[in-house]
Amino acid sequence: MSLRERIHAVAGAETLPLLIFLGIVFLAFSLATPLFLTGANLRSMAFQMPVLGLLTLAMLVPILSGGLNLAIIYQANISGLALAWTLIQFGGPDAGIGAFILGVTLAVLAGALSGAVMGAVVAYVGAHPILVSLAMMIFLRGLGEFLTRGGDISGFPEFVNILGHGSIAGIPVPMIIFILAAIVWHIMLKRTRHGFSVYMVGSNIKASEYSGIHTRKTLVTIYAISGVICAIAGIVMAARFNSVRVGHGEALLLVTVLACFLGGIDPFGGFGRVLPVAVALIILQALSSGLNLIGANQHLSTAVWGLFLIGVMALRWVGLRWRSRQRKGT
Amino acid sequence: MTTVSDTAHALRLRSVSKTFGGVKALQSVDFEVRAGEVHCLAGENGCGKSTLIKIVTGVYTPDAGGEIELFGERVGTTSPTKARALGIAVIWQDLALFPHMTVAENIAFDEMVGVAPRLAFGGRYKGRVRKVLDRLNVSLDLDTRLGDLPIAQRQVVAIARALMGDARLVFMDEPTASLTQSETDALLKVVRTLSAQGVAVVFVSHRLAEVIDISERVTVLRDGKLVGVYPTDGMTQYRLGELMTGAQLENVVRAQDRSTALPVLEVKALSRHDEFKDIDLIIRQGEVLGLTGLIGAGRSELAHALIGMNAPDKGEIRLGGSPIRLRSIRDAIARGVAYVSEDRLSLGLIQPQSIADNTVISVLDRILGAFGLISPARQSRLVRHWIEELAVKIGKPDDAVSTLSGGNQQRVVLAKWLATEPRLLILDSPTVGVDVGARAGIFRIVRRLADEGLAILLISDEVSEVMFNADRVLHMADGKIVGEYDPHATSVQDLEALIYA
Repeated sequence: MSLRERIHAVAGAETLPLLIFLGIVFLAFSLATPLFLTGANLRSMAFQMPVLGLLTLAMLVPILSGGLNLAIIYQANISGLALAWTLIQFGGPDAGIGAFILGVTLAVLAGALSGAVMGAVVAYVGAHPILVSLAMMIFLRGLGEFLTRGGDISGFPEFVNILGHGSIAGIPVPMIIFILAAIVWHIMLKRTRHGFSVYMVGSNIKASEYSGIHTRKTLVTIYAISGVICAIAGIVMAARFNSVRVGHGEALLLVTVLACFLGGIDPFGGFGRVLPVAVALIILQALSSGLNLIGANQHLSTAVWGLFLIGVMALRWVGLRWRSRQRKGT
Repeated sequence: MTTVSDTAHALRLRSVSKTFGGVKALQSVDFEVRAGEVHCLAGENGCGKSTLIKIVTGVYTPDAGGEIELFGERVGTTSPTKARALGIAVIWQDLALFPHMTVAENIAFDEMVGVAPRLAFGGRYKGRVRKVLDRLNVSLDLDTRLGDLPIAQRQVVAIARALMGDARLVFMDEPTASLTQSETDALLKVVRTLSAQGVAVVFVSHRLAEVIDISERVTVLRDGKLVGVYPTDGMTQYRLGELMTGAQLENVVRAQDRSTALPVLEVKALSRHDEFKDIDLIIRQGEVLGLTGLIGAGRSELAHALIGMNAPDKGEIRLGGSPIRLRSIRDAIARGVAYVSEDRLSLGLIQPQSIADNTVISVLDRILGAFGLISPARQSRLVRHWIEELAVKIGKPDDAVSTLSGGNQQRVVLAKWLATEPRLLILDSPTVGVDVGARAGIFRIVRRLADEGLAILLISDEVSEVMFNADRVLHMADGKIVGEYDPHATSVQDLEALIYA
């Protein structure tokens, strides 16, 4: 087996081109500024990426199943709110670890519940996930703004800070959380009944039902688990910003979709893997940090992200044509 | 281009070949279609039928050395545009129509958007559309959205669209594949009308009875080579099947008496509103029970009730002696009931996914290993076992199931269901879109399974299929079982006469 075949076998055909792209981006920025390939910059990247990464994982599985979850940001916000509210009840900065555990539990429950409700409506009412999650997004935003009167909630105990700003063995804690989540996601998709069902439902839900897959249960589980990872993202966000505010991270919603598509997730469902999406996330973060370092305008990095997606689509198209021409053997 | 020398032939190919990267799809094939003739092109999947059509219509360029003559004119190279200008039209299986546009818009489509589009103001094109439909002797509401029409009428729209472009040679690729018998009859009538008006029709179909019925001559291809051209007068389905496959087909009644075996499925007075009424039937161990009748007789609806997709209103289903009430396919699988759907493309298999995943989808709990995770080793073992057991011809187990031929896809469906170790196997039209040769293979498997003790319900609207493969035959009409026949004591013709009466 050639190296290329081996990478394809382990990581899927999408990963190699993305890794090459990642190399190019790193090389270009290293040449452009000596500040890029420094421990400080890499560490700062590793602190910034996980929130987007976790939210992308929340978006990934609904897309794989042929749907979408537009509510992820507000699910994360509401979950963060559940944690913040619990901590405040137990004395704010003086709250103990027990209160924190209770708060995390409530946050995860809030995420899972809001997700399960969406999943149940999608599965049993048959409404389109875009509509259902849009409704949930607007509901949660309204609810959150009502509860917080549009303000910030802050004043957390010192140890929550570790979650957002600490490191273990030099690796930022948020990054560790993301890596663990990504590994769990990979195993869930590739090695569990649920993951198997996600791909099948994403390709043809009716044929899946006819083959004995419990498609409704699968849909409810997909959105409930998406809600759980939103909650974890919400907790990390609370720890990073040291406060919770409804609307935090709003701009990330479509970036998660972008990251999924860059990572080769089929927009129509049924195909895609976690690893290339993770590589795509690193590329997005590198582009944004690198442009920041060479003094480019913050808004420019968003524009570059968009161009990047178009470029990747074009390259994939060229690759596809090239491969099919080779097959025909003209 | 419009003045064509008077000739007896619409199309003549002489030693035309086509090679795709080393694979010879067509090897110096001769093919002739007389003007105004209905000519059938027969052969199994991959025999070169579509390649031939695509060469004539200019989609493919043939290898050097062959000759193509259209309406008496030598043509060097063709292109789709040129072919259309010469009066050649192809009606593909998927019809290539626009479901959101009206009947009239679909029929007039080419002249509205063609090389010299005409303005569609005031619906003046409708007069011309109506004239074409009159020529075909059919009446359709011009303003109906195409998507609201049944498939059979969409076929007619596709034909009308071809005639609108003054087609003189029409290729029809499996036009009857998804039609009922009466719809097929109506379509064949339209084809005869065309032929009477001097339009040559090249007809491709898997249904041999139809081929013999509609055409004057049939050209048989096998493995890219010409087998021969035969008049259909005096041709039998059996003989034609042999010519296509190059093998002897076993069309003999194999029915055996299983009346002493233990019953597996007993259905008593089963009814479901508007679908079927007072159904009584028994299938015993090792028995193949045939169920035939027109489409719409309630056969598939009955099958859906037997697998828990739809709950019956009344009546009893017993499996292995004990009454059961199934609520989902999962219940059915757990009880040992398996169902091969008539709609392989959208219900039977998950086409874009891999052969391996399609094989294990119904038995996920059997491939779980440590920590309740899917074990790739167990999965590939199970897949390998069934691929060998049913002799499925595949490239790699990871290939999409859609890359397989109809016959091999159906074997994957069977593998998926046999993996659940069923007691009762329901086969709903298991040979739709499967080649003649591959059909025999499928039925050999069915017979073997029955001999191993499986109870099988074989649903089919092809009478010969149930006659030659079932032990007993039930006739269903208007939701009721109206007759039971012993294949030894009746004939295909008698049974067909009864059903289509």
